[in-house]
Amino acid sequence: MFTDVDIQLSAGDILQIAGRNGAGKSSLLRILAGLSEPSEGVLYYQAVELTKCHDDYAADLCFIGHLSGVQGQLTALENLQFWRACWQLKAADDWQLLATLGLAGLEDIPCQHLSAGQQRRVSLARLWLTPARIWILDEPFTALDQSAIGLLQAHFQQHCANGGAIILTTHQPLPMLASQLRQLELEYRW
Amino acid sequence: MSIAAVFMATFRRDLRLLARQKSDWLNPLLFFLVVLSLFPLGIGAKPNLLREIAPGIIWIAALLSVLLGAERLFKQDYRDGVLEQLVSARLPLPAYVLAKMAASWCASGLPLIIVSPLLALLLGLSQPAFFAVVATLLLGTPLLTLLSALGAALTLSADKGGILLALVILPFYIPLLIFASAAVEQAAFGLPYGAQLAIIAAMLCLALALVPFAVFKALKLNVG
Repeated sequence: MFTDVDIQLSAGDILQIAGRNGAGKSSLLRILAGLSEPSEGVLYYQAVELTKCHDDYAADLCFIGHLSGVQGQLTALENLQFWRACWQLKAADDWQLLATLGLAGLEDIPCQHLSAGQQRRVSLARLWLTPARIWILDEPFTALDQSAIGLLQAHFQQHCANGGAIILTTHQPLPMLASQLRQLELEYRW
Repeated sequence: MSIAAVFMATFRRDLRLLARQKSDWLNPLLFFLVVLSLFPLGIGAKPNLLREIAPGIIWIAALLSVLLGAERLFKQDYRDGVLEQLVSARLPLPAYVLAKMAASWCASGLPLIIVSPLLALLLGLSQPAFFAVVATLLLGTPLLTLLSALGAALTLSADKGGILLALVILPFYIPLLIFASAAVEQAAFGLPYGAQLAIIAAMLCLALALVPFAVFKALKLNVG
């Protein structure tokens, strides 16, 4: 697929990985998220080779792939509780968070009965929970409506203002983020 | 400790899912009972023959019923992307695996032990044989769960994993089947069966030490 990818991400950056379908955007994200190994090349985290500091990197990383990570038989609240318990995050007002995400009144319905956009919102709720600074998001705007897209962009802005960094793929224009946005174009080849 | 946190979170979530989806534990149990009740019907009114082959029947039914529920052990978490996130966050996956297996044993092993008095009636077991059935089930069903979890992890991304899982895992059940039915048989004759139980316990300890890590590796391979 792709070769000679050379990128460096600093605090406050948003990197949009662009390219045609099949160019390898998701594969690149999976490598960055530590799910697969690159066949060539090295990743560095804070100037240290990733193999030597993978645990630190993983603790600083929030990956949301094209699978949502939302469990269909659990309600939105229970999904949030599961993440909190596993990632040992401190308790906060989950009801308030779900209301912010436009899910008020749907907190205790199993997620499999929610619409695709609502499930996506539940999945993105993790971005409000996580203390991680590096977010890797594969098509985060899929199935979202305009209000949710605006909400998410505002949250991205705030995250970058607080010293976070985001790598994402999307075909959605991102006018609100234009000042921080950098692009990496992957060439399609086979 | 994140190990304890992941274990508890997963275990509690899985018990909650079991309470919500009763078919997950009810179906293997009913399957077990139906298979067992087929034997007296198929063999006919020969109580002595039935009593003789009862240990083997009970154990074959038990391992098939555990196998029945095994395929979906990690499937949902794999499809939903939960596994992917656990791997990417490098959370302690063996703790997650152990919790999954503990919950799965509550769904497929524990009910068999609870209904075992019914078996004694159904198959005309003597009292010592019945106690041996309970003892071997107590030690043996966790082993069945461990091994089937290994099969489930290995065949996770296979399209029609069910039959493949059975083919991969059934041979590993053979030692357990031999020793467990031998123990029940010995007990039926009034002989001691401590040695067989000790061997099953040893197999359980070995599996408990090794299987979570093998499952962990298999899951990582499937996700990566």
